[in-house]
Amino acid sequence: MDLSYTPEEEEFRARLREWLARTLPALPPRPSPADWPGRRAYDLGWQRRLYDAGYADVHWGASPTIRLIFLEETERAGAPYVGANFVGLLHAGPTIAAEGTDAQRDRWLPPILRGEEVWCQGFSEPDAGSDLAALRTRARRDGDDYVVTGAKIWTSHAEVADWCELLVRTDPAAPRHRGITWLAMPMDAPGITVRPLRTLAGSAEFAEVFLDEVRVPVGNRVGAENDGWRVTMVTLSFERGTAFAGEVVACRRVLAELAVEARRYGRWDDPALRRRLGRLNAEFRALWRLTQWNVSAAEASGGVPGVGGSVFKLRYSQARQELYDAAADVLGPDCLDLDRPWTLDRLSSLSYTIAAGTSQIQHSIIAERILGLPKGR
Amino acid sequence: MTVRFRLDDDQRALREGMRRLLERRFDGEALRAAADGPARLDRALWRALGEAGFFALRLPEAAGGVGLGLPEAVLVFEEAGRALLPGPLVATHLAAGAVPGAATGATVVTAVDGSLVEWLEQADVVRGDAIGAVALRSLDPLTPLHRVPGGPAAAPDPVAALLTAAEQLGTAGRVCELAAQHARAREQFGRPIGAFQAVAHLCAGMLVRAETARAAVYAAAVTADPVDIAAARLLADEAAVRGARDCLQVHGGMGFTWESEVHLHLKRAWVRTQRTGGVTESEELLAADLSAGTA
Repeated sequence: MDLSYTPEEEEFRARLREWLARTLPALPPRPSPADWPGRRAYDLGWQRRLYDAGYADVHWGASPTIRLIFLEETERAGAPYVGANFVGLLHAGPTIAAEGTDAQRDRWLPPILRGEEVWCQGFSEPDAGSDLAALRTRARRDGDDYVVTGAKIWTSHAEVADWCELLVRTDPAAPRHRGITWLAMPMDAPGITVRPLRTLAGSAEFAEVFLDEVRVPVGNRVGAENDGWRVTMVTLSFERGTAFAGEVVACRRVLAELAVEARRYGRWDDPALRRRLGRLNAEFRALWRLTQWNVSAAEASGGVPGVGGSVFKLRYSQARQELYDAAADVLGPDCLDLDRPWTLDRLSSLSYTIAAGTSQIQHSIIAERILGLPKGR
Repeated sequence: MTVRFRLDDDQRALREGMRRLLERRFDGEALRAAADGPARLDRALWRALGEAGFFALRLPEAAGGVGLGLPEAVLVFEEAGRALLPGPLVATHLAAGAVPGAATGATVVTAVDGSLVEWLEQADVVRGDAIGAVALRSLDPLTPLHRVPGGPAAAPDPVAALLTAAEQLGTAGRVCELAAQHARAREQFGRPIGAFQAVAHLCAGMLVRAETARAAVYAAAVTADPVDIAAARLLADEAAVRGARDCLQVHGGMGFTWESEVHLHLKRAWVRTQRTGGVTESEELLAADLSAGTA
């Protein structure tokens, strides 16, 4: 058991730190959350800077440890988030890299890395959430095109995306996991309607995407027809790997700020509150160690994130909600003020036990795949 | 090469060796027999542990020890916790090198810990002031206890807290396995009860707590940092106690019987939570750390 880093890794960290210190002050001001074109330009501009500095492929090319160091240092320095580049860098890109043809890799990967194209995700449907394999969006072959009709939901950045990684049903007669195909759909194709969805936090972070006879060239299919479920699982395993590592660092910073606020609000002398914050300290320290543990396991197994991701995701989503509940306790009546940053964060934290596999689904995954319990319904 | 936060081959072998030794010398049958009789230390087993290096593990080789570190100590204490091995293990391990015979298992050493002392009558040496100790009827049939009158407790030894956390981790892992085994085998309504989500999710929750505690305990063994140790102790105490309770729940009526071993895990976990460096001290230490701005 070793928590130290190699000289090469420490050198990577030092260079990155130095580059961040030099680069971040020169960034343009952040756009407002409602300014979608501004957010697109800002996030792509950040990716371009990473590309020029040689950090563009840290999410796929690098070892899990290097990725962890990158996420830790960028968060510490207050660098921009992956934002609009999320699906390209963490979902669609790795899938194309693993399953695409050479021509597909050449077409789609460089623009993702250079910060030129934005991808969104068309997986979930109104009737296919946790049960993703129930998806019904239909694609029928017509010459060199698939003609796609259906509806997708929870699509982030749909308004500003160039491409959508889309799951469609190509064989309705096949068993449900075997009739699905993965397509790259250009978002400017005729027949696509994007309708923003307002979340309980008040902002439009997601959209519904309606597809009416949208033509997608057969050459945009990644993997074989009806093999999309397997292709997709490659993508989803990436999501549960190190995706939240930076957020754990951020939560530990919030917790330290919370201790300062607790003093300012005269709450530090309340042993119940103080001990609650102490317990959260234990929680987030442990989550950071669990991240390192999972990264080491992924590295030992050749980069494949294991079921340890489900353990982390369950515990982290819960801890994040507890953190902002504790923040509300510190703030008292101020926790009702939407102009306090933690108020919106508290609202946003409510999605964590739902998005990317609900806590209930994660419990079932652990019960079946780690503990070997029989599949139940 | 990279951050290698996982067991290396030697550590894996050490853990396996300890597990095999305990399976041979203290199996389920021996455990139940011990629980039924008056609490008595098995001196032959104690010496066997000594020969296996359990007590001398962290002593330098020059001093006749094994020359290993806290990570290895945590692994063997986790195994001891798993097997519900009775005796003042932490006190004797900490006495190795300081009390003659402790390192080899020839001398059984206990220590006053706060206002309690475990195994007082059967230990050869008591560290700390046990004058006026009064026996209490111990909740755990495998841990005789005395209460000690006295002043404020000494500052807790972080290493003792860490080794206790390792024992709790062993319990957390073991009760999760027992619950999953039972949930796979026990049938009601025509199927294994583990097919019901209400039961399956209880078991999954046990695993999540155990694995989170594992990361915290192993990391604290590497850093030996008192704040990391406090975090490890908090999470391991929780994983053991809640795990044992949920294990009992999964076992249904059988879990409430003396015959099942589940209650022994819960009772031992409760005993360990009373050792110094427990919930209140750990939470306060972790809170003070936040306030110091180093979190």
